[in-house]
Amino acid sequence: MTVTNTAGSADLNGGAASRIEARRKVGNLIALGLSIVATLFGLFFLVSILITLLIQGFSAISPSLFLENLPPLGGEGGGLANAIFGSVAMTVVAIIVATPIGILAGTYLTEYARGGKLAEVAKFINDVLLSAPSIIIGLFVYTILVLPIGHFSAWSGAAALGIIALPVINRTTQDMLGLVPNALREAAAALGTPRWKTMTHVIYRAARSGIVTGVLLAVARISGETAPLLFTALNNQFWSTDMGQPMGNLPNVIFQYATAADANSQRIAWGAALLITVTILVINIVARALSGGGKQQV
Amino acid sequence: MDMVNSSPDIRAAVAATQGTPVEQPIKVHVKDVRFYYANGYEALKGINLELRDKTVTAFIGPSGCGKSTLLRILNRIYDLYPGQRVTGEVLLDGRNILGRDEDLNRLRARIGMVFQKPTPFPMSIYENIAFGIRLYEKIPKSEMDGRVEAALRKAALWDEVKEKLHQSGLGLSGGQQQRLCIARAVAVKPSVLLLDEPASALDPISTAKVEELIEELANDYCIAIVTHNMQQAARASQYTAFMYLGELIEFDRTDNIFTAPKNKRTQDYVTGRFG
Repeated sequence: MTVTNTAGSADLNGGAASRIEARRKVGNLIALGLSIVATLFGLFFLVSILITLLIQGFSAISPSLFLENLPPLGGEGGGLANAIFGSVAMTVVAIIVATPIGILAGTYLTEYARGGKLAEVAKFINDVLLSAPSIIIGLFVYTILVLPIGHFSAWSGAAALGIIALPVINRTTQDMLGLVPNALREAAAALGTPRWKTMTHVIYRAARSGIVTGVLLAVARISGETAPLLFTALNNQFWSTDMGQPMGNLPNVIFQYATAADANSQRIAWGAALLITVTILVINIVARALSGGGKQQV
Repeated sequence: MDMVNSSPDIRAAVAATQGTPVEQPIKVHVKDVRFYYANGYEALKGINLELRDKTVTAFIGPSGCGKSTLLRILNRIYDLYPGQRVTGEVLLDGRNILGRDEDLNRLRARIGMVFQKPTPFPMSIYENIAFGIRLYEKIPKSEMDGRVEAALRKAALWDEVKEKLHQSGLGLSGGQQQRLCIARAVAVKPSVLLLDEPASALDPISTAKVEELIEELANDYCIAIVTHNMQQAARASQYTAFMYLGELIEFDRTDNIFTAPKNKRTQDYVTGRFG
């Protein structure tokens, strides 16, 4: 009797345990299934954008795309030469100006004003600027540069791009300097290193790959910006190296030519879209490689 | 002599360090030093002691007793953090270094420090050493090569790195990195060397090497070492300071501290009964 009873209860417990296990398995399956569907849903749009871009863009890629200037809307042939130059020129000017300011500001906020009220407020404002809509920055530059000067210019385009790049570089510099252990600052100070030299020779070196990554990400961010250029550099159908005048640029080429009715204009727009995407992709890959492999560098 | 019931290897270690009774002149004189954190907490409550030249002084005591804090006052590294405050006097060769007008960089160049975790700079092995030398001396390349080699030899690292002087210091093992940091500290020819648990992050073999090194360096420097390792204190030092809750409980020759402590708490600590 006792024996059967014991065996029976053990069996019961076993049954309950296996039921719980089965329920867990079903729950796991449902959760896993939902996450996979969500991932695929997200990936689907990303991949279809890239595929469309590649198919449409590749047919536009030809030597003339890089050698000839923009065709008139509705015109024949042409290329992106002046728009490529304009985009590169304004991006380079913006980055050259924004990089030292952003790095110095980030340095001040993390290293010198650490914990102070001013630093906290400045960091918060910087983060707000980081997510400010770029069209507002375009309007701002339009008001303070374009209106007083009286016409659109590449200088004001570069200014708008620089204002967008600045908080990105500032923030990544803050984050990267924050990752450098305090022990390194103490070790440098313990040798009698003046503070500025500790920064330039030890701390910047330790954070170098991260800061460079931040600058590259800023380049990626501004090379696709359209709205701020619409209010500042506008566009230019002809080859121009005069930064004081309106200048062609890839984002606005897409904006104007994609909505045109003729096939040639649309071809040009696809080409510009592909160029920007590939550029941003390459910059992101380089930035990733830099930040990933940074630890092994001297 | 009233022998305390300390473990045999501690007694052996103490016995080994006996026989150097020559008293060296006082290098650092700590007078009624009190330390306050930014929140007003008093972490050191009036410390008085002397560090002698060419002598190793060990600081022992449970975590949080203030031994590292005391070390960080001696080169004023605490000054990096605003709000921390010290009263009292620390005389280095008879001159108070706690004054407001003290040139901290020059002071720190005279008082080397090695930290618990190895902190090689993100540059080559050679540059790690040359960096500190260049701060205060302008010397030709050939002389610099000699100084770098001498420092690495002194830290017993030369043979392991002479083939790769221009590779990153970050590529070395933990023990090698720590010896690189010691080499970096001695390369600038300081007069005092502060070691804050220099071997606690190292494996036993590296620890043995670092300890040997400390013994070597004691011939030239006034050394203060913070350690949690009782054997290490007994082996490596001539004087030992036992601290507890921000106070200096007992300060004496190392053999006295480990074999005939005057204070009950010292006795309990060195015999492992608390802490």
